Amino acid sequence: MIPIEHYLFLSSFMFVTGVVGVITRRNAIVVFMSIELMLNSANLVFVTFSSYLGNVTGQLVVFFVMAVAAAEAAVGLAIIIAIFRNKLTVNLDEINILKW
Amino acid sequence: MNLYDIIFYLFAIITIVSATFVVFTKNIVYAAYNLLLTLFGIAGLYVLLGADFIGIVQLIIYVGGILILILFGVMLTNKITDVPIKSGVLQVIPASIGVGMLAGILILIVTNISWRNMELTVPESTIGSLGMLLMNEYILIFELLGMLLLIALIGAANIARK
Repeated sequence: MIPIEHYLFLSSFMFVTGVVGVITRRNAIVVFMSIELMLNSANLVFVTFSSYLGNVTGQLVVFFVMAVAAAEAAVGLAIIIAIFRNKLTVNLDEINILKW
Repeated sequence: MNLYDIIFYLFAIITIVSATFVVFTKNIVYAAYNLLLTLFGIAGLYVLLGADFIGIVQLIIYVGGILILILFGVMLTNKITDVPIKSGVLQVIPASIGVGMLAGILILIVTNISWRNMELTVPESTIGSLGMLLMNEYILIFELLGMLLLIALIGAANIARK
C-alpha cells in the first residue's frame, strides 16, 4: 500500500525539475522538454487522485491534456524550426528581435 | 514491502533519475532519450494506479508521437559543428530562490494536509467508463479537441513550410 503522499512527492519533484529546466537552460528544445515534464507531473497528480477516489473523470482530463500537449508539440517545434531557419540558432538569449 | 511497493519504487526511481538527467545533461540527444525513460516510468505508474487506458495512450502519444517530434527537432536544429550549449550560470541565484520557494510550498502542502488514504481499489478496466463519459457528458470538449488538433496540424505544416 503506497500512501498517496509518495505519488504527490514524485510529481512535485518532477514539476520542480521542469521549472529548473525552464529557468536555467537556454536551448529552446530543452526548455520544451522541461515543459513536457511539468505537463506529465500534473497528469500524474490527476491520475493519482482519480484512482484513489475511484472516479475516472480525472483520467478523462489527462486525456484532454495529452491532446493539447500533442498540438502544442507540433506547433512549438514548427516555430522552433522556423526560427532556426532564419537565425541559425535556438539559443533563447539570442532570439531577441522583439525586445525593446 | 510487497511486490507492488517494489515496482512502484522502481518506476519512481527511474522517473526521478531520468527527469534529473533531462534537465542537467549537456547533450540534447541524451536529454531526449532520458525523456523517453521518464515517459516510460510515468506510463508504468499509470498502469500501477489502475489507469490502463491512460497508460497505453501515454505510450502512443508521448513516446510514439511527441518524443519523435522532439528528436526531429533536435536533429534539425543541431549543426554538425555543435556549439556548446550555454548553461545558465547567470540565473542560478534567482532561479534557486524561486525554485526553493516553490518546492517548499509544495512540500508544505503535501505534508500538512491529511489526505484520505483509502485502500486502492483497482478497477477491472477503465476503457468502458471513460468511453461513456467521453461520448455523453464531455462530447463537446471531445469535438473541440478534434478541431484544435486539426487547426494545430494545419498551422504547424504552414509554419514549418518554407
